[in-house]
Parts: sequence; structure tokens; C-alpha cells
Amino acid sequence: MLINDGIPTKEDLAKVMPSPERLAAGPVSIAECFQNIPCNPCVKACPRNAITMPNSINDTPQVDHENCNGCGVCVGKCPGLAIFVVDMTYSEEFALVKIPFEYVPVPEVGQMACGLNRSGEEMGWFEVEKVISGGKKNKTYTISLKVPKDLAMEVRNIKVGGYK
Amino acid sequence: MKQIEILVVGGGPAGLCAALAASSLGAKVLICERDDHPGGQLVKQTHKFFGSEKQYAGDRGFQIGEMLLEKVKADENIELWIDTTVLGIYEDGIVTCEHDGEHVKIKPERTIIATGAAEKFLPFPGNDLPGIYGAGAVQTLMNVSGVKPAERVLMVGAGNIGLIVSYQLKQAGVDIAAIIEGAPKIGGYLVHASKDVRSGIPVLTSHTILEAYGKDRVEGAIIAKIDDKWQPIPGTEQDIKCDVICLAVGLSPLTELCWQAGCEMAFIRELSGHVPIVDDYLETTVPGIYVAGDVSGIEEASSAMVEGRLAGLSAAASLGYGKEEAPELQKAAMAELDELRAGPMGERIRMGLEKVAAKGGAK
Amino acid sequence: MRIEEHPILDFDRGEKITFFYNGQEVEGYTNETIVAALHAAGVRKLGASPELHRPRGLFCAIGNCSSCFMTVDDEPNVRVCVVKCKQGMRVEEQNGRGVVRV
Repeated sequence: MLINDGIPTKEDLAKVMPSPERLAAGPVSIAECFQNIPCNPCVKACPRNAITMPNSINDTPQVDHENCNGCGVCVGKCPGLAIFVVDMTYSEEFALVKIPFEYVPVPEVGQMACGLNRSGEEMGWFEVEKVISGGKKNKTYTISLKVPKDLAMEVRNIKVGGYK
Repeated sequence: MKQIEILVVGGGPAGLCAALAASSLGAKVLICERDDHPGGQLVKQTHKFFGSEKQYAGDRGFQIGEMLLEKVKADENIELWIDTTVLGIYEDGIVTCEHDGEHVKIKPERTIIATGAAEKFLPFPGNDLPGIYGAGAVQTLMNVSGVKPAERVLMVGAGNIGLIVSYQLKQAGVDIAAIIEGAPKIGGYLVHASKDVRSGIPVLTSHTILEAYGKDRVEGAIIAKIDDKWQPIPGTEQDIKCDVICLAVGLSPLTELCWQAGCEMAFIRELSGHVPIVDDYLETTVPGIYVAGDVSGIEEASSAMVEGRLAGLSAAASLGYGKEEAPELQKAAMAELDELRAGPMGERIRMGLEKVAAKGGAK
Repeated sequence: MRIEEHPILDFDRGEKITFFYNGQEVEGYTNETIVAALHAAGVRKLGASPELHRPRGLFCAIGNCSSCFMTVDDEPNVRVCVVKCKQGMRVEEQNGRGVVRV
């Protein structure tokens, strides 16, 4: 259970998952934020106003997946590093997962990075497709990783270095 | 003797915001800060803050600290004494401090105590070995001095501090054996916990430390699972090799000055210890003495900043400044505090504050 | 060990200096506290307790707890967690209560 070990369950994830139709239509953001904490930078971050908190800053973010175009601005803004973008339409074989990243070294485009799941387990080595700096002040990088489609809902972190 | 309208004791998030708010209404303020770099715990916080934009959410703690300090330095109404330790507060309102190696007396018309908190300790065999560090010490070593605090750490406590410092250690290239937590549930924000876990740091709830061992320094620890009566379960012991054991087991309000000033105090578990009884404007039972931040109950830095603002406004207003705008600004600060405390994570604080009110504090 | 590369922070360590730890030359920086420089050099034990002579190290790092007392340039009971490094200073392990040498 999330409250005991920090790992969201299938049931937790089902609550924030876009519909299969929406996932098949292109990139979309998934806010893996399950607790009512006072925090709302994601609401301000979204250029399309697709993220809302209807009652107060203690709400969990409600992502309007139909309005969201998966731009990924929220990924680098969420203080909890809890928002990801998944693009199931990237290619036949691969999905693209955008992951917030705050470690060194920062991977380079084309480099292989080790994908980790929500439990920190290694899922394999995948190619970094894009690296976006959060800028001088924000400092959070957004890493786009090419992962096999069946792992698109598993890989949520990367480890850089050690690829053989 | 130094005369001043408002003395702020402590240059952390609450103190800096208190000084800026009081000055914004026109009051003359002196801040006494014991460290050579004001900002308090903000200085070591590399993570982005939560809350709303009114509390600078999304900016990193140290960036907020620098921003507040710049504002204070540019403010002509505010005088800032660093390397200054306040020593005592007396019946006649005189405050004494050590400033530039001298014993200096200050006569303030109002005093805002924003002294923050100290880290709690934990009893277990071997807990005095070198390498058993408070979480704040680990942060100071790595985020202020840029020194790698350890090779491998056992973190004790899964509140926000334990969770955040573990992540920061990982960012500094330190291995974390585990985060252990006595309670059956993670106490800090779950997004922090998830961030740690997916970086390969296990969070073990219902676990405690039985002992630390090592010759002249920590070499490891024995941990075990505990039952619902907090008793170790035989056979669940694990030997964890580590060179630092980091304690993140809570904070206690630093209330010495409140006691000395004769403020009415109460032990309130939800606020993590003895705290001064205050009214809605954060004035204690001693007229003219206000408190803000962790000294009046352990909470997040975002609330400390808003409390500082409220105490600063109230102290200045009581001197006759800002007759027009003060009431509105005070109301806005109170509304922000209510909002920050409104969710389930604010329940403990709300219960604590109710107890303060029941003791004749907030009206 | 000092952190050379950090994802969020840049460190302004100041000027490089050397000082003496128990007579041995150690490197430090002017913006560093004594304890930070010692820690970077691998020193964890800073002294010993007065009664049982158990090893003592850092605990709070903000001048609160008195666990890090050392003798600096013959001055006992210096909180080395809040005092900066200076060129040539003599930092010594302190066994129990410090002794004022006259």
C-alpha cells in the first residue's frame, strides 16, 4: 500500500489513468498524486488550463485528459515530481515516457539509461530521445525515454551510467 | 543600549517574513540572527516548496531564503545583525545578546520570537557514536558545505524531513540502505516517499533501530520489525552496514525565551512540545511579545512564513502603523494559514491549535 | 570527500587553506566550518566524553548541542560546527572537559 511503502497500487493508478482511447490518441499527462496536500503549482503550470483543483489547494489535481495535449510543462513544475507524460503513439514498438529528473550526470540524447519502476527495480536499458533543461532557476530536467509499449506504465525513473 | 520598535529574534523563514511585514507598514525593525547566513533551515532546502504561489510554491527552499534575505537587506527600515545570539529577555523588557563578541542590551517596544526548533533524539544502545547525525546536520554538511556526509546512510524517520533528506543524499551521490519508520504509516507527503522508492530507497514502516555498533564511529545498525505495541518482533532483526545513521524523528519548539519572558505555556502533543499560548494575532500572554514559526508549534516552512507575516503585521499595527491596511492584510494571512492547514495533513495542527484556543489563547 | 557536481547547488567554498588537526596538516576552505573540513578529510571522531571517555562526533551542526567541542588554538570547548576554517589554525581533539592553558 502507498501509505506503508510509498508504492502506488493498481487501484491508486486506475483513478488517475487516462482512458485507453485517450492514450491511443497521443501524448497525455498522468498525475500520480494521490494525497490531499496543500500544493497547486501544476494548476498554474498548464498552458491549456487542463489541470484544476475545484475546491482548494488541498485537492488532488484533476487532469482533463481530453484537453491535455501532453506538452509536459507540468512534468518539470510539479514540486513532488509526480507528473509524467506517456505517448503510446510514438512508434509501432515504443512509447515515449517523459520523466522529471534531478540527479547528476544528466543523460545525453541517444544515450542508454536504465529505466526504473515505481519500486526502484531495474526494467532494462532504454534510449533517451530528448532532454529538456528546466532552466537556471527551476533546474528540473524532463527526460523523454523510449520504452517498449508494455513497460510504458511501469517505467517512472531512470538511472544514468553503467550501461554495457 | 539599542532602542528599536520591533525586535525579531531569529532570521529564519518566520523571522525574515515578520520583519518584512512589519517594515511594510512603516515600523523600524532589528533582526538578531545567530548564524552568519540568515535564512534558517531554508538555506539547506534544495527541494521545491509546496503550498500556493502566495508562499512561493515551486521555488526551492534555498531560493526562497535568498529572495527574502535580498529583500531584507534592501529594506531601509530593517537592521540585520548576524552572528548575534540572543541570550535573555528580562522583566523590564530588556533583551540581551552577544553581538560582535560584545554583550549588548536591546530595548524593543515589541518582540517577535521566531527561534524555530531543535531536533529530537532517540534512545538506543550506541546512539552516541560519531556518525549518528541529526537530519539537519546532514543537510548542513552536504547542502551548505558541499561535503559528502557519508557513503551509506540508514535514515530513521519517514516524516517529510526523513523523506526529503534521503532524496537529497541520493542527489549528493550517497547510498541509502533504507528509511525506517516506527509507525505503520508514512508520516510525510507520499509524493516524497514515492520519489525515494523509485530511486531505489526502500521505506520500511513498522521498523525500529535496536542498536548502533562500531569502534569509534558507526559501522552499522541492527533494525527490526515492531508489532502494534511497538515491541520488536524476534527473528526480524537485520544487520544494516552503514557509516551514518541519520535521525529524523521530529522537532521540538525552541521556547527558552518564551519561558523566560513569562509567557503562559502549555504542553500540546500535536504541536510537538511546550508552546506559548497565543491569540489569533500570535501575541503571547505577555503583552508586546509575539511568536511565529516552529517556536509556536512544529509545522511546514510555508506556514512559518505566513505566521511570520501575521506576527509582523500585528506587532506593527499595535504600534499604530498601517491603521488602514493592517486589518485586511492580517485577515488575508489568517485565511492563507487556514487554507494550508485545511487538508487531512493539517489535522494534527488544527487539533493542536484548538487546544491552544481552549486554554484561553486564540479568540 | 567534497561534492564536485550537484544537480541543484553550486558551492562557493572560498579560498583553499591548510590547518592542523592533532598536529597533522589538513586542507580546508575559508567558507567551510572546521567540522566540514574535518569530515571531508574523513575525521568523524572529534573528542571523547568526560566520564566514560566514549568517542564524540558531530550531531546538530548548528551550534545547539555541544557534541562537537574541540580545542582550537588553545581555546577549549569551541563549537567547531559553527566556526570557519582559518589558515594555520591548530584544532585538537578534546578529551572530556576542555582545559584552559594559561
